[in-house]
Amino acid sequence: MPIPLLSITADALDVQAVVRRAEDETGAGRHGAVAVFIGSVRGENLGRRVVELHYEAYEPLALSAFGIIAAEAGEAWPGVGIAVRHRVGRVAVGDASIVIAAAAPHRAEAFQACRYVIERVKQIAPIWKREVFEGGEAWIEGATADPSDAAARKAAYERACG
Amino acid sequence: MRITILVFAKLRDLVGAPRLVRDVAAGSTIEDVWRALAGEFPAAGPYRAALSAAVNAGYAKFSTPVAEGDEVAFLPPVSGG
Repeated sequence: MPIPLLSITADALDVQAVVRRAEDETGAGRHGAVAVFIGSVRGENLGRRVVELHYEAYEPLALSAFGIIAAEAGEAWPGVGIAVRHRVGRVAVGDASIVIAAAAPHRAEAFQACRYVIERVKQIAPIWKREVFEGGEAWIEGATADPSDAAARKAAYERACG
Repeated sequence: MRITILVFAKLRDLVGAPRLVRDVAAGSTIEDVWRALAGEFPAAGPYRAALSAAVNAGYAKFSTPVAEGDEVAFLPPVSGG
């Protein structure tokens, strides 16, 4: 059974399944490029040795955030197909926490849309990570989530097109 | 009227539970719900400036009124990806 286009799971991420889903979304024969972003758990952060990360999500809102982001990408790069799968629970160092695939007619849109989606996920998706490191643990806090913040959206677009 | 409050991540740790059921006055906004919560858990109070909110799993402004049975969520700064 195919995975949903936008999803959250406690299981290990299957990159190829996410790629296939993005390709299906563009329609048969309509894509000439797929860009993939894999976010994975780094073994050090802020000078600390990371043991593992624990992710949690407000799942219904996170899925709706992914939908908002995919729609924004579709506006900026018409014809792009976006698939996103984010992991929750314990994620070991070296394992993937997120896979994003962007399928598009040409490579430029695929790369740009893929970058845009990860920037926006980091800005607005209600997902949090707690870092377990040698000697302690801490919640990591990034952006205050506001999908209507036009400046943040513009910043993500500019990074994507950088 | 009775509402459900969801809190996540560090805010949940400060509150000590992921989900609370509380009675709030008719006509309350999300901001009013937050004020009552911060009154109950003073350690959470300074968090306000960094928070976002949602009602019934949709993003919402703090000025949004809440209704009986609503699920109001307070979201600390996010760190997905």
